[in-house]
Amino acid sequence: MSSYSVSAERPDYQTLNRRAKTGLRFLLAAITSLFFLFILALMIRAQFNDWESLSAPWNPLANPAPLWVNTLMLALGSASMQWARVAARKHHRELALQVMLLAGFFTLAFLVGQVWLWRQLSALGFYASANPANGFFYMLTGVHAVHMLGGLIGWSKTLLSAKRYANEKFSTAVELCAIYWHYLLGIWLVLFALLVCEPETFAAIASFCGF
Amino acid sequence: MAYAEDAELEELHEPHSFWTKYIWSQDHKVIAIQYSLTAIFVGLIALVLSGLMRMQIGFPGSLETVDPTAYYQYMTMHGMIMVIYLLTALFLGGFGNYLIPLMVGARDMVFPFVNMLSYWAYLLSVIILLASFFVPGGATGAGWTLYPPQAITPGTPGTDWGIVLMLVSLAVFIVAATMGGLNYVTTVLQARTHGMTLFRMPLSVWGIFVATILALLAFPALFVSAVMMLFDKLLGTSFFMPEMMSLGQQLDHKGGSPILFQHLFWFFGHPEVYIVALPAFGLVSDLISTHSRKNIFGYRMMVWAIVAIGGLSFIVWAHHMYVSGMNPYFGFFFATTTLIIAVPTALKVYNWLLTLWRGDIHMTVPMLFSLAFIMTFLVGGLTGLFLGNVIVDIPLSDTYFVVAHFHMVMGVAPILVVFGAIYHWYPKITGRMMNDTIGKWHFWITFIGTYLIYFPMHYLGIQGMPRRYFSYEEIEFIPQSAHDLNTFITVTAIFVGVAQLLFVFNMFHSLFYGREAGPNPWRATSLEWQTPQTPPVHGNWPQKLPVVYRWAYDYSVPGMEEDYTPQTVPDDPAHESIQHDEAGNPDGAPA
Amino acid sequence: MAFAVILIILTIASVLFHYLNPWQATELASNWGTIDVTLLITFAVCGLFFVVICGFMAYVLIRYRHREGNKAHYEPENKKLEWWLIVVTSIGICAMLAPGLVVYGDFVRVPKDAAILEAVGEQWRWTFRMPGKDNKLGTSDVKHISSSNPFGINPDDPSGQDDLLVLSNEVHLPINKPVKVLLRSKDVLHNFYVPQFRAKMDLVPGSVSYFWFTPTRTGAFEVLCAEHCGVGHFNMRGKVFVDEPDVYESWLESLPTYAESLVRDVSLGLEEQGKQLSESRGCLACHSVDGSQSLGPGWLNLYGATETLVDGTTVTVDDDYLKESITDPGAKVVKGYPNVMVAYDFSPEQLDATVAYIRSLAASAEENEVEREEESAPPEAGNTADPVSRGRQLVQGYPRIMQPYPSNDSDTHALVEFTQSIHNDKQGD
Repeated sequence: MSSYSVSAERPDYQTLNRRAKTGLRFLLAAITSLFFLFILALMIRAQFNDWESLSAPWNPLANPAPLWVNTLMLALGSASMQWARVAARKHHRELALQVMLLAGFFTLAFLVGQVWLWRQLSALGFYASANPANGFFYMLTGVHAVHMLGGLIGWSKTLLSAKRYANEKFSTAVELCAIYWHYLLGIWLVLFALLVCEPETFAAIASFCGF
Repeated sequence: MAYAEDAELEELHEPHSFWTKYIWSQDHKVIAIQYSLTAIFVGLIALVLSGLMRMQIGFPGSLETVDPTAYYQYMTMHGMIMVIYLLTALFLGGFGNYLIPLMVGARDMVFPFVNMLSYWAYLLSVIILLASFFVPGGATGAGWTLYPPQAITPGTPGTDWGIVLMLVSLAVFIVAATMGGLNYVTTVLQARTHGMTLFRMPLSVWGIFVATILALLAFPALFVSAVMMLFDKLLGTSFFMPEMMSLGQQLDHKGGSPILFQHLFWFFGHPEVYIVALPAFGLVSDLISTHSRKNIFGYRMMVWAIVAIGGLSFIVWAHHMYVSGMNPYFGFFFATTTLIIAVPTALKVYNWLLTLWRGDIHMTVPMLFSLAFIMTFLVGGLTGLFLGNVIVDIPLSDTYFVVAHFHMVMGVAPILVVFGAIYHWYPKITGRMMNDTIGKWHFWITFIGTYLIYFPMHYLGIQGMPRRYFSYEEIEFIPQSAHDLNTFITVTAIFVGVAQLLFVFNMFHSLFYGREAGPNPWRATSLEWQTPQTPPVHGNWPQKLPVVYRWAYDYSVPGMEEDYTPQTVPDDPAHESIQHDEAGNPDGAPA
Repeated sequence: MAFAVILIILTIASVLFHYLNPWQATELASNWGTIDVTLLITFAVCGLFFVVICGFMAYVLIRYRHREGNKAHYEPENKKLEWWLIVVTSIGICAMLAPGLVVYGDFVRVPKDAAILEAVGEQWRWTFRMPGKDNKLGTSDVKHISSSNPFGINPDDPSGQDDLLVLSNEVHLPINKPVKVLLRSKDVLHNFYVPQFRAKMDLVPGSVSYFWFTPTRTGAFEVLCAEHCGVGHFNMRGKVFVDEPDVYESWLESLPTYAESLVRDVSLGLEEQGKQLSESRGCLACHSVDGSQSLGPGWLNLYGATETLVDGTTVTVDDDYLKESITDPGAKVVKGYPNVMVAYDFSPEQLDATVAYIRSLAASAEENEVEREEESAPPEAGNTADPVSRGRQLVQGYPRIMQPYPSNDSDTHALVEFTQSIHNDKQGD
């Protein structure tokens, strides 16, 4: 009886890791549902004839270069997270912390880039109300940015409590951050693709889905 | 995120001060009580609102404060509070929080800090919601479905601030529900004690577990529609807003789709019905089994029914939209899926009855409420078949038939379970029994009263009386007798409403004067009744976690002396160190 | 025991109530008797399940009530029984679903020869339009809506010219002729609902929905709105008269066509303009003109009357008060009425016209009328939209598609000069 009661009393690091990952997975499932429905709404809205693609020649994303820059930032953030994850797993605490900082820096750069883009667009008169695609642009990038900020809360918590954590626990925390970052990068890529694609593409996807 | 479970590796930090113990508590039991009391409080407000509405319908013009504006505001707030802020919060935040760790044998939720945040976010959402009564223009009067365009165009009450606060409040609530929900599912999946396989869990846990998954996946739809509507309202986008007039003025919107909102809303809205119903199904199963001293009949079937209902609930949403002007051919599909969902639901009713069959039925107060639930749910479920079948729905939709139906099926029925469950678990929560006599009075008034309110109401709908009307004066096809019936319904409703004070009184009175309960007054088998202390202390099982040897329904097992065998009793008491699979393997066939 | 007894009583009472209560469906007035049949089938199947289940429950509660020494049976499951129950339930479900879907198939298939009736909803009134001789409705759009064109009919569409307009909330239909009701909303969601016809459907702004039925009984039937549409929802009423063909034809004769309505508009007196304005702007949805009760103060004999306000003071209804109440409705609210009216941005001419109309509805109308007549000037059609309000100045009629060009001042100057030169060339021609 005592043989398993110990593990039942004091969950080991593996158990904690598993619990945290399970929680994260469900969080990601909920976020998936959220973005899936946003995208579905966008698809349906794009079927109406007043839809203008953001990448049309006269629209703001005809030149998506700023978006590519931001994407690069986020990708670098995600890659740094992965580096930190590997380092933390090998118990290279210092390296992991530094790379985590780097990841945070890239992520902030991404967010600043997004805000800059919003300001650019609204300065040019492309408000949210100008066109449904504009509205979706602000809304989707905004919701994504809020999730990014949520990630940064977890990130700063990890950095701040790193001293108190045992290696295993620290490694788990970094791993969770990394998974979350990869995931949000993936979401961002999908959003990016959707925001700049042509109305015909929407029509094709929509007819493929049967509406 | 998920870093706050430090406590697990350190000693369980014992909270000492009043503040950490009762206010900023991370103990799932305290959070459950906070959730429940807050939910019951707003529920009482919503009850008063319904009384005010009923006064206008039963005695038109009798209350000067109830003008059309106020009426529609009360209607909206009543619906929203009851569905979201009372029932959802109470079943998941209240019962989910209290029962899951105790029933699966965990010390607490896996992320106690997030769990605490969940409550405070919920409280914030409630405060924002109630604040909308006091802002210029008042609360929104768009109806709980918040359909655009009218939800945000002038001509509807509360389109200045009320609707914005409502949407913000919902968004905050969804964040709260998500934080709580992550805890519930992870605790169920990862923190079960040894021997507690998935198929040994009580149905309460199953119901709450599946409902939580529904909540995690369906609430985002509400979040999406709330955010999009906020954009339409505040930033002038046209997601849901078509080119339209408003009271003679042309608006700047163009091209949006009101139907899109309805799809999103009901993609949340229909699973929401089951977010409320599935926990009720689960809780009532345990109540019926315990108080009839018999194992739940067809446990596996019951579990699969819960899972099937949960899954199907995502593909029936448009049955709320048969007359919405959507593509009419959708009706064929959604009528079929909707009626299919009736099969697992009916099976649950049968199995409750078959649990009673050949049982040893104790007519305790929780049992009375459970039986009343079966009857009420039966009526509500059967009338659901009227509305789910598209062609029958067409004359009945937007009439009082709908009002009567959903009040029966997701108003009264779950509330009866709430009452039954509170009478049942109160002794564990407080250590004292609730007063039986008051409980029985409360029960009879509530059960018969609600039946008298809602059963005849169906026929007003069949006659054609439209819902959401401030006044029915000068409508020729509505005879005087219908107005008389409305007066009767109002009188009964006010009586039943006031009678709920019996319950509130009982709850607080019994806290001090109730009979000492002892650890297991109902002689039940599930884990929460086997805690060393009653009420359970912080950490639930301060020494060592219990080990589970059997499913939660070993009542009246042949050959056993007692008519209940707790889950912690080994099959062979002489051989305690019996081998078990790793927790998580569903090896536990019902004995 | 008590519960079982109550259960039996409730069950029997419910069944008796079903047959004996006076609140049955209204007498059918359309071809949708089949809907009533599906309702009846559903009642039969559900009623059977209801009685059997309640009966079984009552039996079990009495038979297996707790008595000293009783012990429950131990029976975890009985797969065979459960499968049987599933089969029986499925049969019941099919018995309801199959006929339901068949009838629904009829509901969604509109007969080819169905006449067209367009019901137009707005907060909180109904108007109607029917195609003229060409049997085709003209296209319509929100942007065409104005006080002279309340239906928003496209003035350039030839098929719209002969459309017959019903500006009151009462419409007639010929008996025994299928009608396809096209539903169009100017503002929010509404629902066209006549209980006796059984069928109903939402009006969705931005799109046109429809349903069909065949009236089978002459008489007057109320139209209600069955989709919450704001504070006046309960007051959004109309009437459908089902007539014999000859009566219907003579009613049809009396209707103005769209083209006629435009012609007549020009020579209108101030009062008539006010009347049309009140109709097209929806004033009459909340202000009755026949003395009946309405959401806002009725206009019959309102002018010159003394009203008590919410703050207890009184006011005499004169031109100034009426104009203030139109442009700033919340300023002086009459006691007993909700403060729900929105401010109307009327031009002075429109205000004069509306006030003149209200004045004409008072008993003392004649005297006031004479002195006011000379002030009248034909009002501008429609309200002038403010194209600058979005922050960027766009020429009306052109889409906003030009990309902002980054350029320095001299470039801009050069461009402007070039533009001016083109202008001058044109002038010189």
